[in-house]
Amino acid sequence: MEASRTMRVVESRLLTYKRTWRFGVTTSFVNPFLFLLSMGVGLGSIVDKSTTSASTLHGVDYLTFLAPGLLAATAMQVAAGEATYPVLASVKWNPVYRGMLATPLSVGDLVAGQVTWIGIRLLQATTVFLVVMGLFGAIESPLALAAVPAATLTGLAIAAPICAYSASIERDTGLSTVLRFGIIPMFLFSGTFFPISQLPTALQWIAYFTPLWHGVDLCRSLSLGTAELLPSIGHVVYLSTWFVVGTWLAAKAFAKRLIL
Amino acid sequence: MPERAGRPNLIEARGLTKRFGSFTAVDNVDFDVAAGEAFGFLGPNGAGKSSTMRMIGCVSPVTEGKLLVLGRDPAVHGAEIRARLGVVPQEDNLDNELTVFENLLVYGRYFDLPRSVLKPRIDELLDFVQLGDRRDDRTEPLSGGMKRRLTIARSLINEPELLLLDEPTTGLDPQARHVLWDRLYRLKQQGVTLVLTTHYMDEAEQLCDRLVVMDKARIVAEGSPRELIERYSTREVVELRFPAGTQESVAYRLDGIATRTEVLPDRVLLYTDDADATVAAVHRRAVVPENIVERRSTLEDVFLRLTGRSLVD
Repeated sequence: MEASRTMRVVESRLLTYKRTWRFGVTTSFVNPFLFLLSMGVGLGSIVDKSTTSASTLHGVDYLTFLAPGLLAATAMQVAAGEATYPVLASVKWNPVYRGMLATPLSVGDLVAGQVTWIGIRLLQATTVFLVVMGLFGAIESPLALAAVPAATLTGLAIAAPICAYSASIERDTGLSTVLRFGIIPMFLFSGTFFPISQLPTALQWIAYFTPLWHGVDLCRSLSLGTAELLPSIGHVVYLSTWFVVGTWLAAKAFAKRLIL
Repeated sequence: MPERAGRPNLIEARGLTKRFGSFTAVDNVDFDVAAGEAFGFLGPNGAGKSSTMRMIGCVSPVTEGKLLVLGRDPAVHGAEIRARLGVVPQEDNLDNELTVFENLLVYGRYFDLPRSVLKPRIDELLDFVQLGDRRDDRTEPLSGGMKRRLTIARSLINEPELLLLDEPTTGLDPQARHVLWDRLYRLKQQGVTLVLTTHYMDEAEQLCDRLVVMDKARIVAEGSPRELIERYSTREVVELRFPAGTQESVAYRLDGIATRTEVLPDRVLLYTDDADATVAAVHRRAVVPENIVERRSTLEDVFLRLTGRSLVD
């Protein structure tokens, strides 16, 4: 694996993305805007009337509570989008990876490039999201700037193992399984919309294991300015472990699929 | 091989073997390819040609035996070797989302070539494969023949010393095949070493200086197309076609009429050095086929002789 070769893979993905970047940037701006408007402002106006909300929502209004959670969840969505169909397509329907491996690029370069590209997409989407949060006045602390890399790491922790899976399946029905049984449940039950203390104990424990909960908790504590050193390090280590193990699995899966 | 004297071998394989689990795709094959030569692997589907090509292309690890490509071991120097190869795979893997130009640009970048070098080179290559007017079009809607030509242009982007072509014209119509052959012939004249696989005997005859015939994972014969025909067949062939069901009853009356007789399900082949004389002899024996064709021996006949089967089923 060489840095310059990794960047060649990123370049090629960028060239493909250039064709649709306007659409990509627009959705990464419009989606958070609509979500924060409907859930944060609309639903929030009801939630904030509840007498118990102040204690469960860390003493802030619902919009301010929700926004950093949605930041992490959006990173997950972008990660899932980039790590599913584009990866399966590149091994199967339009097997560009095979063409790449006939050049000096190695499987390691390919995986590193693919993951780096997803990281760049995540940085872009989460930066736009943070700007929208600022426009809504949903940021409490300058530490929120660190929520961009935190959310990007969350996305990478989820994208890497999905890349491994996408590279090893034959049909795209497997991808809808990932969305249905992985991404959507995590989106709903990992603390994005309400604190997981509201869940039954058993489900709380499941939530603790999801990478998204760690991402949500980290982003939220940064945005609210309540972040403490040790728990934050714990989140980063946990998410990094997912990322590193996932990337290793992806390298295994790519090699198994592409090196016959 | 006197005509190869003095030229270095770009590929050397000894006892080369590829196994997938218990299945042996390539079984203990030996061959050399010298610089400047056009070398072919001829054989039916499943003979082990593509597996051999992938090992040469350093994208498939050798299971057993020795392989040197450009003097180096693919297991150790894969990336360095691939930097000097051009590869036209059996299955197109152009990026359908990119334009013709972008496909070549991106590919050239994989070889770490600067854009300033690539831009003029791409335009030259597009002219060479007659796709200059499609430069800025999307790749997806191109015809099969155009995509193959673009893939050939792509394989030349790093000015390779050795060009590997896996079934370069399979699936193309006759006209597109001839355009492609013409381009490959020009490359050969420019001194590019070509290694190709094919199950078309006319392709092998047109392009290859030397070839090996592969069957069931092994090499069964080696030589120039002409040598192989001389060694394993006669100069000419007479093909007799009989009305359905009557062939068996007349075949015995052709005994001894030719050097060798091959009874196929749909016709009888008479191998001879003088087709006219053989046809005359057929008439003298009062055998009346529906149709008689006299032709030159081809590699197809060599293959039939060596394996008892046709190349294309």
